[in-house]
Amino acid sequence: MRVSSKFGSIAGIIGVSLIVLLIAVALFGPLLGLASPTANNLMARLAPPSFNTTKGLHLFGTDQLGRDVLSRTIHGARVTLTIGATAVLLGGAIGIVIGLVAGYYGRWVDAVLMRIVDVQLSIPLSLLALLVVGTIGPSLQNLIFVLALTSWVQYARVVRGQVLVVREREYIQSAHAIGLGDVRIIFQHILPNVLSAALVIATIELARVIILEAALSFLGLGVQPPSPSWGRMLAEGRSYMSSAPWIAIFPGAAIFITALSVNLTGDWLRDLLDPKVT
Amino acid sequence: MSRYFLIRIGQSLLAIWGIVTIVFVVTRMLGDPAVLLLPLGTPDSQIQELRSSLGLERPMVVQYLDFLGHAVVGDFGLSYQSFRPAMEVVLERMPATAILTASSLALGAVLGAATGFAAALARGRFLEFVVMCFALAGQATPVFWLGILLVLFFAVELGWFPTGGWDGPASLVLPTMALGIFVAANITRLFRSSMIETLSEDYIRTARAKGLMPRTIFMVHAARNALIPVVTMLALLAAELLGGSAVTETVFSWPGVGRLLVQAIDSKDFPVIQAGVFLIATIFVCINFLVDLLYTLLDPRIRLGR
Repeated sequence: MRVSSKFGSIAGIIGVSLIVLLIAVALFGPLLGLASPTANNLMARLAPPSFNTTKGLHLFGTDQLGRDVLSRTIHGARVTLTIGATAVLLGGAIGIVIGLVAGYYGRWVDAVLMRIVDVQLSIPLSLLALLVVGTIGPSLQNLIFVLALTSWVQYARVVRGQVLVVREREYIQSAHAIGLGDVRIIFQHILPNVLSAALVIATIELARVIILEAALSFLGLGVQPPSPSWGRMLAEGRSYMSSAPWIAIFPGAAIFITALSVNLTGDWLRDLLDPKVT
Repeated sequence: MSRYFLIRIGQSLLAIWGIVTIVFVVTRMLGDPAVLLLPLGTPDSQIQELRSSLGLERPMVVQYLDFLGHAVVGDFGLSYQSFRPAMEVVLERMPATAILTASSLALGAVLGAATGFAAALARGRFLEFVVMCFALAGQATPVFWLGILLVLFFAVELGWFPTGGWDGPASLVLPTMALGIFVAANITRLFRSSMIETLSEDYIRTARAKGLMPRTIFMVHAARNALIPVVTMLALLAAELLGGSAVTETVFSWPGVGRLLVQAIDSKDFPVIQAGVFLIATIFVCINFLVDLLYTLLDPRIRLGR
């Protein structure tokens, strides 16, 4: 389903630039000397965004405990991007290996692995995440584990499909002929050919995982306080919507910009690499 | 063809069995209900008492088979909270979720199909750019954030609609908008790319060569075929939404299944969690099966189960 568009590459450049900017903010933002994201200041509760420095500089205002919303949003970028990237890498590693094994060995190995994939795909992923986190309890590790759990399936399916094609190529036949082992053929000769498809999946998954993480944190099942997370900030800001809307508006905008930039990058990569991912 | 459907039915049953197993493993093995149910610091003797009364001392295999036997008939025991059958508690919440699903799918389908069609016709022009910007924005907006903004603007500021809960049809408007916009964004992009792809097919060129009117080509030859993936997508979104959009229902205090599950997870009400997940996943599997059926009916090119 390849649809190239003259907006495609411009959108891609915008997407990549936004991602670089977000990473820069996450990395260097805390060096700006803003108030600590967890420092309460009850004298400056619910201060609206302003350049006024009488109560300390709060460009994005403060929340119900007087914490600086800008600083929390920046630290939230760290939390969100770290969780998202780790989950996508972990899910990717598992999914790619399973896809490689299923596609390469075929027969019953393939049948068993693909049935497992089918079963997992028959549960709505957000429900699975909710169920697992709700049972094993919310923590950073559990959150990453669950997000990776919802994400490996997509890689496995697409990579398996690619392997089925690559497996029949002449150079794989000749690798067999000169007596290379399975492991070497899989990782040295097949893996590089499926990486571009996996990369496209990774961007799609990253956007999904970031929104799911925000949703879980919003429900109180994700990142735990006092660690700032966008989803959690939204949940806390909800009660102050009419009096202090900035508490919820800024983290929501941050999720929006992150998801948008990842989506733009993903679309552009898909057009560029065209690994027939639909 | 019938062989294919037999295999598909077998796969669906396998999937449902897999789900029951996952639910059992997750809720029974990862956490001990007896420990979770009692307050911290309860003496061991009382924990043991509850364990034996819940049948948790039996071997895991026996518990699993017992669970499986009851799950088949939808019996997941009594809710720890309300002491009523768990499945009954879940089914009560189904109508609210179903209404919200239907209204947001309707809004999303109409809006998405119209804008997707317009974008495909206006290929390379400014209108396409505008539509695609909205679609991209819609896809990147978390539904719950949109929900909060809608509540702030239409309920708190303007006072047009209630902020949440179920209080007559007016309550349906804001949650429908939040979910409908999300659905529409997905449909717009899919329908546009599907239209563009279909328009490059040989049979469209043939239709052009025959000298058919462009409008006939667009509406009859292209749009009908381009709608096939859209129908699939709508069915999958329906399955996802019928599972209760936990966050959206929470934002709007909507009395649906999603919110019930979040509450059940909060209060460790395992029978309700199990019944809810079982019901939702079964609906999901059935809809997926129907989608496959529909696919073969809609597209004669698809020859499955060779």
